[in-house]
Amino acid sequence: MSDNNERRVVSVIVVNEASVLSRITDLFSGRGYNITSLSVAPIPESKYSRLTIVTSGSVRVIEQITKQLHKLIPVLRVYEHADLVEKEMAIVKFPASENIADISTLCAVYNGKIVNVGENVIIVMVSDEPKRVDNFLKIIKRYNPKEIVRSGAVALER
Amino acid sequence: MQINGAQMVIEALIAEGVDTVFGYPGGAIMNVYDEIYKQKDFKHILTRHEQAAVHAAEGYAKVSGKVGVAMITSGPGFTNAVTGLADAYMDSIPLVVISGQVPMSLIGTDAFQEIDAVGISRSCTKHNYLVTKAQDLPRVLKEAFHIAATGRPGPVHVDIPKDVTAEIAEFDYSIVLDLETYKPHVKGNPRQIKKVMEAIANAKRPLFYLGGGIINANAAYEVRDLVQKTGIPAVETFMARGVLSCDDQLLIGMLGMHGSYASNMAMSETDLVIGLGVRFDDRVTGKLSEFAKNASVIHVDIDPASISKLVNADYPIVGDVKNVVNEMLELIAGIESQKYKVWRETVQNFAKLHPLTYHEDTERLKPQWVIQRVGELLGDSANISTDVGQHQMWTGQFYPFTRPRQFISSGGLGTMGFGFPAAIGVKAATPEKISINFTGDGSILMNVQELMTAVGNKLPVINIILNNNYLGMVRQWQTLFYDKRHSETDLSVQPDFVKLAEAFGGIGYRVKTKEEFDSALKDAVEKNVVAFIEVIVHRMENVMPMVPAGGSLFNMMLLEKKGEK
Repeated sequence: MSDNNERRVVSVIVVNEASVLSRITDLFSGRGYNITSLSVAPIPESKYSRLTIVTSGSVRVIEQITKQLHKLIPVLRVYEHADLVEKEMAIVKFPASENIADISTLCAVYNGKIVNVGENVIIVMVSDEPKRVDNFLKIIKRYNPKEIVRSGAVALER
Repeated sequence: MQINGAQMVIEALIAEGVDTVFGYPGGAIMNVYDEIYKQKDFKHILTRHEQAAVHAAEGYAKVSGKVGVAMITSGPGFTNAVTGLADAYMDSIPLVVISGQVPMSLIGTDAFQEIDAVGISRSCTKHNYLVTKAQDLPRVLKEAFHIAATGRPGPVHVDIPKDVTAEIAEFDYSIVLDLETYKPHVKGNPRQIKKVMEAIANAKRPLFYLGGGIINANAAYEVRDLVQKTGIPAVETFMARGVLSCDDQLLIGMLGMHGSYASNMAMSETDLVIGLGVRFDDRVTGKLSEFAKNASVIHVDIDPASISKLVNADYPIVGDVKNVVNEMLELIAGIESQKYKVWRETVQNFAKLHPLTYHEDTERLKPQWVIQRVGELLGDSANISTDVGQHQMWTGQFYPFTRPRQFISSGGLGTMGFGFPAAIGVKAATPEKISINFTGDGSILMNVQELMTAVGNKLPVINIILNNNYLGMVRQWQTLFYDKRHSETDLSVQPDFVKLAEAFGGIGYRVKTKEEFDSALKDAVEKNVVAFIEVIVHRMENVMPMVPAGGSLFNMMLLEKKGEK
């Protein structure tokens, strides 16, 4: 069933209650699906949270994933996105000895900026589409990044 | 009213109309058992193993259609019960299983008899709860019964820490449930149902493919009506035995790995599969790419995730099968039974070519004969449970089932040791019927301690042990696919089953001939006590026909013609 293994973004609205996250991740591991990235946060002024799950699979697998997710009792809604705005964030630490002007310019191109300059390190953040974040992380290799932290994606239907 | 958590459990069970609870006490659930001692509204049946408590609740639920209830303690009590939860989950049996847990303050400390019960049951229940406050109990228990019984039924597990059962809070069971995220879709789409009826009217060789969901939905008599009025032949899955009566002319038989030749050929030749409450299990379909290759597929099921999971449905309908079949009956006018006459004849010819049968043997009884004979002697007056293995398949093939909920077996999980405790639950729910458990010499030993439960509670289950001194089904595969290397399947070393039954206060028979069998069964029924009837059967008998795992339905190994070897 792994024909046409495409990257998909699925959003899930769940009730805020104990063990709801493990119900979802157990479903993926138990049925042999993969989670590429996952981000969760409460929806303001409600009893729900929103999960954004990046996964991959054929049309049929994705259909099963959405149906199985929907079967879980605390799941309110499942969206499988077609046309969406998607953002991811990365925070990177560089040695202070690197060229700060170059780094700053690069960050600006990727919707980012320098957020902290210390005695020994420069810390920057960027937030952009996942593919562009990939690019950014590729380009900055020449500035010897010491540490990279990357968030999961968040997405909204257009 | 202000009561403690343990009293809340009792009050909730009473409010739900529970009349029987199966269980086994222990440290963490003692407060609840103390309240069980004080009440008279329901009966508690003490099994001799927690696994058996859950299987008994399953048998009770399957035969009665009500929610089965089991109660166990924490740690090993719970882990013993997991097989039962998984079994009920696979076969969509409505259960509420209540387990004790160590006190809240000890959770996570590796306390005595502590295990992360909800973590374990998450993947084998429809839903589960860890109750952290007594004030949540009324809502949680009410939700548990509701979720277990509605939509696609299933087991719900409620884990209650010991201090929560002692805590006092307000109990009000009249609360209205507000489950915004759980709303099963029970009414089929009317436009789609119309399209389905047109497809049936246009089909040349339509075939009903009937599943266990029909029994869960209490829709068997509506389905009988639909089959009768359309004149369309029908095959049943193992789980659907009893949906149609065995004497229904339109019932071809059981399909699948050990289905009849006619059923499997009909499925291979049909041009329209009408699937009702089925899930296209691998034991039914064989090789998926060859399954009903020339057919369009109608699939009616309460569980959207079952539809197009394995076989693409051309006409998917999500809904309760009873509602949908009733809607179909409204639109039956356009369907002419006469149109399928040729197709019915084709199917009948399949059955004539290779009828479902077996060869008698002069030396030893054939297991199939035993099952048929019980059918002749007891027929409708018995409810039939089975364990798992060859005897189970022969029961599916040869017992003359006449009504839904007559047949109780572990289909999805295939749990050896299921039959005896399930038959105890069956007897507790329907004392007016004879409770038979067909079992094997392998399976019976997996929950044999339940002799004590049956004897102690005066639940006279008759266990018919088809003894071939083998783990027969595995032996059959070894014979056929492993070049007769019978690895660890020879069960020649055995207990004396007669003495074993007697040791527990039951009655035992060992029979080798037809006459002996008839008189043993008659005696056991008359005496109305817990019985083992050990039948010495042919050792090397195979279940036939057989579709080898992964093979196509139409490529069956068939019973050798007499004299052929």
